[in-house]
Amino acid sequence: MLPISDTTKGKRTIPGTPVFDGEQARSGYALNAMCYAFNSAEMREAFVKDEEAVMERFNLTEQQRDAVRKRDILAMLEAGGNVYYLAKLAGILGLNVQQLGALQTGMELEDFKAALLAHGLTETRNFLTEKAA
Amino acid sequence: MSKIAGGIFTSHVPGIGGAIAKGLQQDPYWKPFFDGFDPVHQWLADEKPDVAVVFYNDHGLNFFLDKMPTFAIGAAAEYRHEDEGWGIAFQRPFEGHQDLSWHIIEQVVASEFDPVTCQSMLVDHAVAVPFELCWPGKEAFPLKLIPIAINTVQHPLPSPKRCYNLGQAVGRAIESWGGDEKVVIFGTGGLSHQLEGGRAGHINVDYDKFCLRNLAPDPEALLQHDTLDIVELAGSQGVEILNWIAARGAMRGSVRELASNYHIPISNTAAATVLLENSDKVHA
Repeated sequence: MLPISDTTKGKRTIPGTPVFDGEQARSGYALNAMCYAFNSAEMREAFVKDEEAVMERFNLTEQQRDAVRKRDILAMLEAGGNVYYLAKLAGILGLNVQQLGALQTGMELEDFKAALLAHGLTETRNFLTEKAA
Repeated sequence: MSKIAGGIFTSHVPGIGGAIAKGLQQDPYWKPFFDGFDPVHQWLADEKPDVAVVFYNDHGLNFFLDKMPTFAIGAAAEYRHEDEGWGIAFQRPFEGHQDLSWHIIEQVVASEFDPVTCQSMLVDHAVAVPFELCWPGKEAFPLKLIPIAINTVQHPLPSPKRCYNLGQAVGRAIESWGGDEKVVIFGTGGLSHQLEGGRAGHINVDYDKFCLRNLAPDPEALLQHDTLDIVELAGSQGVEILNWIAARGAMRGSVRELASNYHIPISNTAAATVLLENSDKVHA
């Protein structure tokens, strides 16, 4: 049997791609719990009114609070944030996924959008008409 | 005997829901995606399925990290969508099919799967958006829902092979059901996209086309990559292809593509819609 440390060392890394695993899920729990609570409109309003109080209520770590205060998405990820939950916080901050992408990649918003459009492609197949014939 | 008539595979980008709410289906940005549903509407009008079994992933509406099931099967009388944090809640409820849900649960457990069973469960945009796309308008949905959630949020995720085998077990369960319902299988999410990290905006046309090319004739080709391979290839949300793989596994007859539409970009996503037919006999 391999010692546990060996499997930890052998963890695969993918450039520019945080893999949200048990380690992240543990360290990010408080931040993600706060974001999950933003499914509720009341909690979103409470955050807008006094974000420090909401971060205190969910017992965020200092690193997590700092990342939220700075609106630093990469730092939130680093502090264990998961994008599916952070997306709810992004909604409060008025950021859509293109704006999130631009912030994380250091690109201008228009450049980030242009990079998506550069893939621009539509390919369609329809065999239903053949079936009818 | 229940019959699986076919499968609908589609992206479930939340922005699609916003576009529907604003009536942007003919807008030049959205039209190429929405047009991909014309053959789906035609097929649904002809086939009139009674039940939809939907493989999808929850994005933090029903499940949180306190309890994160690898596989969860709905067994509720009714399901609802709710506000996911952006103030949008689709109003139409989804009627459940509890008898068939429990039959599927019993059969997949007999096949040595260990799903979480949910008698009360919210379904998020990964179910609601595909339903809105397939049955636009305000009328009640004309079929019942059985949702099957796959964890694509917190690693370790189930392997593609495990998802495919789950789908096969669900397919066998439906085929062995004594009722005469006609069933459509859904796989939602994908294709390549990544929302977070320095590689946000990642799209992989080659991998997407590989999936689209092989989905009907050779789905096991999609099992050659492990879950982290798929994250690397398709992006951290592109791994939602696991839902497609499970859904394809449930289709055990003669499967052929009736229609497909691949369009980039929708939001940050390479979007796709595929309609597959599942029939007992090989076509001449």
